[in-house]
Amino acid sequence: MIPLGYFIGLSVLLFVLGVAAFFIKRDLMTMFMAVEVMLNAANLAFVALAKSAGSPAGQVIVFFVITVAAAEAAVGLAIILLVFRQKKSIKAEEMRLMKG
Amino acid sequence: MEIFWLIPLFPGASALVLAVLGKWLPKKAVSWLACLSVFAAFLASAVSFFGLLRVPAESLPVVKTLFPWIQAGSFRSDLALQLDPLSSLMTLVVSGVGFLIHVYSVGYMAHDKGYRRYFTYLNLFTFAMLILVLGANLVLMFVGWEGVGLCSYLLIGFWFEKPSAANAGKKAFIVNRIGDAGFLLGIFFIFLTVGSGDFRAINSAVGGGVVTQGMATLIALLFFVGATGKSAQIPLYVWLPDAMEGPTPVSALIHAATMVTAGVYMVCRLNLLFTLSGAAGQVVALVGAVTAVFAATMALTQNDIKRVLAYSTISQIGYMFIGCGVGAYAAGMFHLYTHAFFKSLLFLSAGSVMHALSGELDMRKMGGLRKYLPLTYPAFLVGAIAIAGVPFLSGFFSKDAILTQAFAQGQYFIWALGLMCAVLTAFYMFRLIFLTFFGPERIDPQVKEHLHESPRVMTVPLVVLAFFSVVAGYVGLPVVFGERANLLTRFLEPVIRPEAEGHLSINTEWMLILASVAVALCGIYIAYVFYLRSPRTPHRLVGRFPAVYRLLYNKYYVDETYNAVFVKPLVGGSRAVYDHFDLRVIDGAVDGTAAAAGFAGKALSVLQSGLVKDYALAFLLGVAVFLGYLLF
Repeated sequence: MIPLGYFIGLSVLLFVLGVAAFFIKRDLMTMFMAVEVMLNAANLAFVALAKSAGSPAGQVIVFFVITVAAAEAAVGLAIILLVFRQKKSIKAEEMRLMKG
Repeated sequence: MEIFWLIPLFPGASALVLAVLGKWLPKKAVSWLACLSVFAAFLASAVSFFGLLRVPAESLPVVKTLFPWIQAGSFRSDLALQLDPLSSLMTLVVSGVGFLIHVYSVGYMAHDKGYRRYFTYLNLFTFAMLILVLGANLVLMFVGWEGVGLCSYLLIGFWFEKPSAANAGKKAFIVNRIGDAGFLLGIFFIFLTVGSGDFRAINSAVGGGVVTQGMATLIALLFFVGATGKSAQIPLYVWLPDAMEGPTPVSALIHAATMVTAGVYMVCRLNLLFTLSGAAGQVVALVGAVTAVFAATMALTQNDIKRVLAYSTISQIGYMFIGCGVGAYAAGMFHLYTHAFFKSLLFLSAGSVMHALSGELDMRKMGGLRKYLPLTYPAFLVGAIAIAGVPFLSGFFSKDAILTQAFAQGQYFIWALGLMCAVLTAFYMFRLIFLTFFGPERIDPQVKEHLHESPRVMTVPLVVLAFFSVVAGYVGLPVVFGERANLLTRFLEPVIRPEAEGHLSINTEWMLILASVAVALCGIYIAYVFYLRSPRTPHRLVGRFPAVYRLLYNKYYVDETYNAVFVKPLVGGSRAVYDHFDLRVIDGAVDGTAAAAGFAGKALSVLQSGLVKDYALAFLLGVAVFLGYLLF
């Protein structure tokens, strides 16, 4: 039986990696993948805590997260595709249309 | 009797229908509706009048409370109408004379493009005037008071395309506001001292000694300020001559017979207050007498036929106030009632003359019209004789009643002013007659081609009014015909207690009557000498006293003085405030708020980099701070 702390530790590690990747990487595609990593880090924490607490609620939430993430991936990829068509580039810092 | 509260509803409903549906109604329907509604009001007034005669004096006034209107704390005002001899007399005059003038208007306004609008206003006016006289409390009376003021404004400025008419309307409205401020303050003080605006409560409070004499004087004078505005007395009379810009039937109805006498009605309605005060009555009498003479002198030199009549109206209302001021309220009301007939007759006849002369108002371009206007001429003549105070016509009885009462009260100065005004009245009225209907013709040849007597719809009201101008006085015979000969005074007794003064001996009464007859005939004779026998006399007089003539011709420069003393500084002051306060402080504050928001936006927009990573960083830091707060 692996102790709960290991799961939480792995989850935190994954999340920090995701955050770091989001800030370091410059193309939208990789940033998008970093977001997915963060989501799955949260998922891992959810299932681990649900198991240790003996409640199925956490596992149910994970299903929701997966569903939302799938939807988000579809929309997000479509947006990235359209941006690429417009600009021939997916560099995040080139997209500053909303600058005040 | 019980239907008296319906009286104002007929013209009110008709005004509403005309205002909403008037555009789609044929002209004929408009005329019938407008006239019949006022006639219905007249019938209801007549029925109520005869019902009232059977009501014992103790149960007067008859009050009909329709519903509680305003209720706030201890303040309470009902929508209640009351009928007593005073309001009954007024409803008869307003609806009776009003009906005749409505009928006359059908002919007079026939070719005006504002025909429907005209009758809407005229009906609305009748409604408001009836509310004014039937209101059972001061608040409702004030509603009527303002209602007639509004209609007066609308009808003076009826031909608003003419700048002079629009300005005259504004002038009337603004000058009346000054008077209305006095009226409102009076109402406030009444509520403060009596606690109710109901006329019964006011009368019992005044009779019961709740109101001190000083307070009564203050309140009465405030109400009289209101009366000077509405009834065109010094110092607020200046709007009435200009009000002649309106259609002539309007001048007859509003600015001669009914609305301008509302001030007299109000003083009579509050007669206990004025009697208690004493000093206020003295002021009323003095203002009335001075106005009477002052306005009469201005009428002497005017060449505009309607303006002569306007000054004459001011002067005659001054007479009514003399009556009220010396405590003879019944005599004041009597003159109001007879004046309504002969003055509206004079105005309608003048309208008929104008109609015949294609709108000509200048008497210098008339003359010799006697043979062209076989009906208007005698009507005008009857009106002039009545107002001049020639015996056996209505004006003689009412004028004599006022002068006799002034004399009996020992107010010899006021009496002398009244007598002087009588000479002037007879003179300027017959100057008008002689210049218009006698002498050489000075009519424009173009105008003369269209010269015609007015249609029957206009002349029939003239005949009816002429009839009443002759006979209306016989309800108020002087004391020499017997102690109880004055039916009107007896009728009004429940509202207006008979004067307490010692009666004059019969001989003195006869002397006074002879004096007023003598001055009337004297005035007519002077006019005859001046304008018929030797028409050069006026020119010689003008040559002899050019300064006096100029002063009179320019109406004592009162308008100019008011303009310089009140209007100019007010306009200048407003402009200064506008330039310095409105434009700088108020506009500055508003613009400053907008500029501050803009500046803040500009400063904060630095944060909005457009880079998704910056936002994510802010988000991350926010979450970190939030978590840190939660954990530690």
